[in-house]
Amino acid sequence: MNLIKFLDEFTSDNLAKKGASRRDAFSTFTSLGKKAAIAAVPFGMAVASNKAKAATMFQSNNAVGALQLALTLEYLEADFYAKALDSGVLSNNAKAEAIYQQISMHESAHVNLLKSTLESLGETPVAEPMFDFTVGGNFDPFNDNNSGNEVAYTQLLILAQAFEDTGVRAYKGQAGALMGNSDLLTAALQIHSVEARHASEIRRLRGLEGWITLDNTGIPDLGVPDANEGVEAVYDGEENLSQGGVDVSTLGDGSPFTPEASSQAYDEILTGDEATTIASLFIVS
Amino acid sequence: MKNKNVKVESLVTKKGNKRRQFLKMSGLAIAGSGLILSCSDDDDFTEPIPDPDPETFDLGGGDLGVLNYAYALEQLEADFYTKVVNGSYWSGAIEEEKQILQDLYNHEVNHREFFKAALNANFDANVVLPESLEFDFSSVDFSNRDSVLETAKLLEDTGVKAYNGAGKLIETAAYLVIAGKIVSVEARHAAAIRSIIGNDMNTMEGFKLFAGDDIVNSTTGLDGAENPSVIINAAGGFIVTPFTANQLP
Repeated sequence: MNLIKFLDEFTSDNLAKKGASRRDAFSTFTSLGKKAAIAAVPFGMAVASNKAKAATMFQSNNAVGALQLALTLEYLEADFYAKALDSGVLSNNAKAEAIYQQISMHESAHVNLLKSTLESLGETPVAEPMFDFTVGGNFDPFNDNNSGNEVAYTQLLILAQAFEDTGVRAYKGQAGALMGNSDLLTAALQIHSVEARHASEIRRLRGLEGWITLDNTGIPDLGVPDANEGVEAVYDGEENLSQGGVDVSTLGDGSPFTPEASSQAYDEILTGDEATTIASLFIVS
Repeated sequence: MKNKNVKVESLVTKKGNKRRQFLKMSGLAIAGSGLILSCSDDDDFTEPIPDPDPETFDLGGGDLGVLNYAYALEQLEADFYTKVVNGSYWSGAIEEEKQILQDLYNHEVNHREFFKAALNANFDANVVLPESLEFDFSSVDFSNRDSVLETAKLLEDTGVKAYNGAGKLIETAAYLVIAGKIVSVEARHAAAIRSIIGNDMNTMEGFKLFAGDDIVNSTTGLDGAENPSVIINAAGGFIVTPFTANQLP
C-alpha cells in the first residue's frame, strides 16, 4: 500500500487537505488550535456508554490503523538513527554514539515487531516511505552538505528530540484504539515507554530536563517557518493541566502543584492526524 | 482504615454477575454486585462471601482495582521521594541531581493526589484505598547517593512495568489515556536516574543504561510489563500497611 495514500486515508480531515501542499497542510493543522477534547473528560466518566464515545475522541480509528501509523513513525525513526550512525557526525562523541546505537537498535526492533504483528493479523504493512531529514535542503543533520560537524550534531539532536517526543505522544493517542486487544495494547504500551526513555535521554543530552514543561520546546528558532511550526506542533497541548476534568495544579500546595510541575507530571497525546502531519514534514514519497 | 471491604462484600448478590457489568451501572452507584467477586465455588451464592480477613483492605477489581493499585504505587513513590528530599544526600547533592530528584518528588506527589481525587470523585469512600499507607524504607540509606539512586531506579522501572501491565485491565478509555500520560513520565524518570548511574560507569554499556538491555528487550525493543500480583510481591518489602489484590491478576 502506498504510504502517502495511506496517510491521506488515515487523516480524517483529508478532504480539507486534498491537493494541498505540505505547507498548506500545516496551516490547516495549526488552525485547528489546541486539542481541548481530551482534557474535557469529566471525573464522573466511569460509565460503559462513555467508552465508545471516549474511544472516538481519542482519535482511535481501528487497531490496524493505529499499528500502521505506529509503523510509519518507527520507519522514520529507524531510518533516521541508521543514517545518523552512518554519517560519522557522532564518531568523536562516545556517549552520543552509544545512545544513538541503543535507540537505533530499539527502533529497528519496533519496525520488525510491528510488521510481523500486522502480517499475523492478515494485514499488509505499509511500505517504507522515502524520508528527507534535510526538510527540503534546509537542514544538514548528516553533514552531507559539509555544514560542519557542530551544525550537524546540533540538528541531529534536535531532530531526535522531536521524533522521540512525538513518538511518545502518538502512541499514547492510539491506546484507545487498541483497547479491544490486550496483547496489542500491552505491546504498544511497552513500545511507548521505551520511546519515553529515549526522549528523556535525548533531551538530557541536549542539556534539557527529561520531561516536558508546559509547551516549552527547548528548541531554538530554526530559521525555517515550516520547521518551526513543526516543532511547535510537537509540544502544542503539553501545557494542559486538566486531567480527567480536574486541574491538577489545584490538588495541593507547594512545588508539586505549580503549573510547571503539574504539566511535567503528565505527557499529553497527539491525535493520529497531528502525528501524521508532523511526520509528513519528512516524507518525500 | 479498617474493614473497608466488609460492607461491599456483604452486598455481593449472585455469582452470575461479572465484574465487567460494573461499568454498565451508574458511575457512582458502585456499592453493588460487580465489585467483589472472589470466584467462590460456594454453591450457596446468595449468602455473602465470608471475608477471609476483614482487617485487610482489598484493592477491588476492574477500574476501581486498577486505580487503587496505581494509587498505592504512587503513594509508595511519593513517600520515598519525600524522604529523599529530606535526606542528607539530597541536600548536599550536585545541582543536576538535586533538581532531578526534586522534580521526581513533585511529579509523584502530584500523581498521588490525582488518584486520590479521581478515586474519591468516582467511588464510595469505603472502597477507596486509605490515603496514608505506611512504608518501610529502613533498607535505604538516605544519606548515601548510591542507595538513593539505586532505589529510585528500582521504583521507577517497577512503576513502568506496573502501568504497562495494568493497561489491559482498564475498562474505561479515559482512564487508559491518563495511565498512559503517567507511565511515560515514569519512563522518563527511570531513564534519567539510569542515565546518572550509567554516566558514572563511563563505558558504552553505561551510556546505554537509560534504556539498557537489562530492562528493554534487545530483540523486541519492548519494555517490561507485569501483572499487579508480581509488582505487589516485588514491592512488598517496602509496604507495611497490608492490602490484597485478590481481584487483579
